[in-house]
Amino acid sequence: MSDTADRVKKIVVEHLGVEADKVTEEASFIDDLGADSLDIVELVMAFEEEFGVEIPDDAAEKISTVSDAIKYIEENKG
Amino acid sequence: MRRVVVTGLGLVTPLGSDVETTWANILAGKSGAGPITRFDASDQKCRIACEVKPADHEYGFDASKRVDHKIQRQVDPFIVFGIDAAGQAIEDAGLVDMDDATRLMAGCSIGSGIGGLPGIESESLVLHEKGPGRVSPHFVHGRLINLISGQVSIKYGLMGPNHAVVTACSTGAHSIGDAARMIKDGDANIMLAGGAEATICPIGIAGFAQARALSTNFNDEPAKASRPYDQARDGFVMGEGAGVVVLEEYEHAKARGAKIYCEVIGYGLSGDAYHVTAPHPEGSGAYRSMAMALKKAGLEPRDIDYINAHGTSTPLGDELELGAVRRLFGDAIDDVSMSSTKSAIGHLLGGAGAVESIFCILAMRDQIVPPTLNLDNPSEGCAGVDLVPHTAKKRDVRAVLNNSFGFGGTNASLVMRQID
Repeated sequence: MSDTADRVKKIVVEHLGVEADKVTEEASFIDDLGADSLDIVELVMAFEEEFGVEIPDDAAEKISTVSDAIKYIEENKG
Repeated sequence: MRRVVVTGLGLVTPLGSDVETTWANILAGKSGAGPITRFDASDQKCRIACEVKPADHEYGFDASKRVDHKIQRQVDPFIVFGIDAAGQAIEDAGLVDMDDATRLMAGCSIGSGIGGLPGIESESLVLHEKGPGRVSPHFVHGRLINLISGQVSIKYGLMGPNHAVVTACSTGAHSIGDAARMIKDGDANIMLAGGAEATICPIGIAGFAQARALSTNFNDEPAKASRPYDQARDGFVMGEGAGVVVLEEYEHAKARGAKIYCEVIGYGLSGDAYHVTAPHPEGSGAYRSMAMALKKAGLEPRDIDYINAHGTSTPLGDELELGAVRRLFGDAIDDVSMSSTKSAIGHLLGGAGAVESIFCILAMRDQIVPPTLNLDNPSEGCAGVDLVPHTAKKRDVRAVLNNSFGFGGTNASLVMRQID
């Protein structure tokens, strides 16, 4: 597992208060991890902070699973 | 006429994270005061407070017991305290599993005096330092005063009135009084009512200190700082926590075989129409509030056995309240006991009236009145009144009066009585 994936999962566990083993790469934030749309806004902010990336609203809207987040960060981080 | 009784209690205080622990510590004469640990208060005029203790403390508060991890992160501590106290009250009342018809007629009236001040303070710094794009999407609904009621309503599926009082330090008493009226009016059969506060943060302490409301002479002896009626008193000590009761229509409670603590029989409220922070010099608002509550209750002053005073330990307020009680009670003052539990847990602001109402209820249950700590040298105006100095006192307690007064000149009084 990549370092990015580890860090993303850690943020998800902390913010959503879910068990670490539920945070698989396929997991959907809303359907599997109990997030609502505001939780995703907050997660995206936490990713931006952690990785120093800018995630614009139109890109953020497309992030619905853990792997979407990891992929976007891997492709865009400095 | 629909009667209103109390069937559940919940407390989070500086002396315990539940009702029985808090009450035992209150009766034992313990103080919840200490140096401020939440932040570095070394540059503050007031460096002490009555904080709710952390989970690893002997009587500390474990937020995870009743509040989801995610919600804990999103909301201010006053909401966490409120959700927990409401949960305790629902459990105590045996109402965890309500059917839909019951929940349609069950509501919330849990307020706060100030609301999410620590979060407003910290998020303002985020805005200033990192810009608007870093402000939490949960900022607003994590700080709003009515969000204890909102969260509790969602958690327990309460579909009746969803209400929240904001009347500074009278909030808790007004919340219970208003909710009792909603039950009387038939808007609900069950109401969770009370108040919460958590404003021990730099701007909260600085703001009250600048208003000359806080004690500043006892920074090295925190347990001695809250000393209502004592000559050396110099301001209140900030507390935090929550108190919530389950109010229920009497026949409804009886029909389901609920444990009934007491009946809420009188509610009085008034305005000083005088000054934003100073009480009326003749205590006229306090007098009218108490008189109205007694009249509604159909009681005479001599029927009241115990008064839980507003008694914040400020130089002006304590004696004005006592003067109003003296005028209203006349000779009956000889037989009443009156104490301020703020001497032990500090001033819970919007939570005070609810927490102190619960102490009144427990005084009736156990036939004992809680003490006023640190009352070493009572002020001259206190002569001849039983202020229950230092130690709790066994006595008959059949009916009680609870007073709460707030900034803006807002007064509330509640009268409760043992059920016949």
